[in-house]
Amino acid sequence: MEKQSKKAWLYLLPAAAFLGLFMVYPLIDVFVYSFEEGYNSASQTFFGVGGYNYAYVLRDPYFLQALKNTFLLVIITVPLSTGLALIISLGLSSIKALKNLFQTIYFLPYVTNTLAVGLVFMILFKKTPYTEGLINLMITWFGGKGVDFIDGPYWAKLFVLSFYTIWIVMPFKILILTSALASVDETYYNAARMDGATGLRLFTRITLPMISPMIFYLVITGFIGAFKAYSDAVALFGTDLNAAEMNTIVGYIYDMLYGNSGGYPSYASAAAIILFTIVLTITCINLMISKKHVHY
Amino acid sequence: MSDLADYKKTERRDRVKKTAFNAFKYLMLGIWGVIVLFPFYWMVLTSIKSYSAYNSEYIPKFFTLYPTLQNYAEAFSAVPLARYFLNTLIFTVVTTCLMLVVITLAAFAFARLNFRGKRLAFTLLLSLMMIPNELVIITNFVTITDLNLRNTFMGLILPSVTSVFYIYLLKENFAQVPDELYYAAKVDGTSDFKYLTRVLIPICSPTLVTIIILKVIECWNSYVWPRLITDDENLFLVSNGIQAIRENGFGRENIPAMMAAVVVISVPLIALFLVFRKKIMEGVSRGGLKG
Repeated sequence: MEKQSKKAWLYLLPAAAFLGLFMVYPLIDVFVYSFEEGYNSASQTFFGVGGYNYAYVLRDPYFLQALKNTFLLVIITVPLSTGLALIISLGLSSIKALKNLFQTIYFLPYVTNTLAVGLVFMILFKKTPYTEGLINLMITWFGGKGVDFIDGPYWAKLFVLSFYTIWIVMPFKILILTSALASVDETYYNAARMDGATGLRLFTRITLPMISPMIFYLVITGFIGAFKAYSDAVALFGTDLNAAEMNTIVGYIYDMLYGNSGGYPSYASAAAIILFTIVLTITCINLMISKKHVHY
Repeated sequence: MSDLADYKKTERRDRVKKTAFNAFKYLMLGIWGVIVLFPFYWMVLTSIKSYSAYNSEYIPKFFTLYPTLQNYAEAFSAVPLARYFLNTLIFTVVTTCLMLVVITLAAFAFARLNFRGKRLAFTLLLSLMMIPNELVIITNFVTITDLNLRNTFMGLILPSVTSVFYIYLLKENFAQVPDELYYAAKVDGTSDFKYLTRVLIPICSPTLVTIIILKVIECWNSYVWPRLITDDENLFLVSNGIQAIRENGFGRENIPAMMAAVVVISVPLIALFLVFRKKIMEGVSRGGLKG
C-alpha cells in the first residue's frame, strides 16, 4: 500500500502540477486580486484592501452596458434556441428518408470556427456604400426598409448577435434532444394509443415528461454558455466592443485585463467574480425549478 | 354500403392529411437546412467572385459565371495565412499529445491504483469541473506574463494541457475494464505501466479517439487565450489571424479575399467532421460543449 501510494502520486503528478498552477492557484488568486485596491501591474503593489473594485465595476457604464447586453442575449437566445431545437428534433425523429443528411447538415455549425463564420454573417448583414448586403436586399423584397445591422441601431445589432448565437448553439441542442427522443421506449406510446390517446396528448403526457431531464440540462448549459458569450460578438462587431455598444460581461473582463483599456487585473477579477455569482445563482434557481418539474 | 364508402372517404382524407403534414415537416426541416448551409454557400461563392465583380454588385448576385481562384492566391500572399495554419497545427498537435499523456496517467491512477487520499483527491478533481475558465484566466495571464512566456508556444500551450472532464471520462472508461485482466497481467509479472500501455489503452481507444477529436476541435477554434497571450503576428493562430485580417488585412475592403481565407480555415474541420461524423456526434453528445 505504501509503495503503491507513492507510485500513484507519481502518476498523478503531471495532472496535479498543471491543475494546481493553472486552476487552483488562480482560483484563490482571483479573489485576492478582486479585493486589492489600486493594484498596479507594473510595480505589483497595491495600497489597500476592500470592496472598491466591486464598487467601481458596478458603477462603470461600460460594465452596465455589458450586463444589459448579456442579460438580453440570454433571455432571447436560451428559450428560442431550446424551443426551436425541440421542434426540429421532433421533426427529425418522425421522419425516415433524408434523416441522416439533415442531421449531418444541422451539425455543421458546431465544427466551424466561430470567428471565421462570424465574418460571413457580418458580410450578409452589413450595409456599406457599395452594397446593400444580402439580408437588406431580402428585406426590400418584402417591402421593408434596409438597416445596417452591424453599425446601425441597437436593436438591429442585438438581433444579429442573437441570431448568430442561436445558429451556433443549435447543433448541440438538436443532437442532445434527438438522442433523448430516440431513447423514449416505444411501449409507452403503444400503451397510450391503446387507451385512445393521440397527437398532442401523447406529446405532453409522454414525450415531454420523458425528455424533461435533457431539456433542463440544455436550459442550464444554455444559460451558462450564453452568459459567457464573447467570441460571437467579436466576430460580428470587431474587438472594440465598447465602441459598438455590444460588449458582454466576458468581453468586459478581457478588456479590463488586456488591450487598449487593459492593465486592470483587479477590476477584471471583480467582474469575473460578479459573473460567476450570477451564473451560480441562476444555475441554482434552475436546479430548484427542475426538482419540481422534471420527472426522473 | 354507405358505411363502407364513408369509411373509405375517411381513410382517404386521413391519408391526405398525413401526406400534407409530412410535406410540411420536410419543408420546415428544409428551411432550417438552408439557414444552416447558406452562410457556407455564401462564403464559397464570394470567395470565387473576382474583386472587381464583387465590388460592382450593388445588389449581390446569387451565383457567378466567372469563378476565379485569384482570391485564394491573394489570401496566401497578402497575409501570412500559411503561417497561421502552421501555428495552429503545431499548437493543436502538441497540446493534444501532452494532454493525452497527462490525463491517461491521472485516469489510470484514479481507476486502478490504491493510494491514501484517493477519494478526497477525486472529489477535489470533480469539484474543479464547475470552475469556469473566465475565473482563472486572469491569474493565468499574469502568471504567463511573469514567466516571460508571452508570445511563445509554451505560453499558449501550457494552460490547456489538462482537462478535468477528460480525466473523469477516461477514468470511468478504465474502471469498466474487468479486474480479472489486471490480476492476470499481474500474475504474468506485467508492470503497472506496461498494463496501462499494452492493455488498457488499446481497449479504451474508442474513448481516447473521442477525446482527441473533441480536443482538436477545441484547439482549432480557440481564440480568447491566444489573443491574450500573443500580439506577435508570427504566433497567431487561425482565429486571431482571421480577426487581424478583418481589422487591417487586405485593406479592409477586399471581401472576396477575406472569404477565401475563411474557406481555407473552415475546410480542415469540416473535412474532419465528414470523415469522423459518427464518432464526433457521439463524442459531443457524451460531453462536448461549445465554448
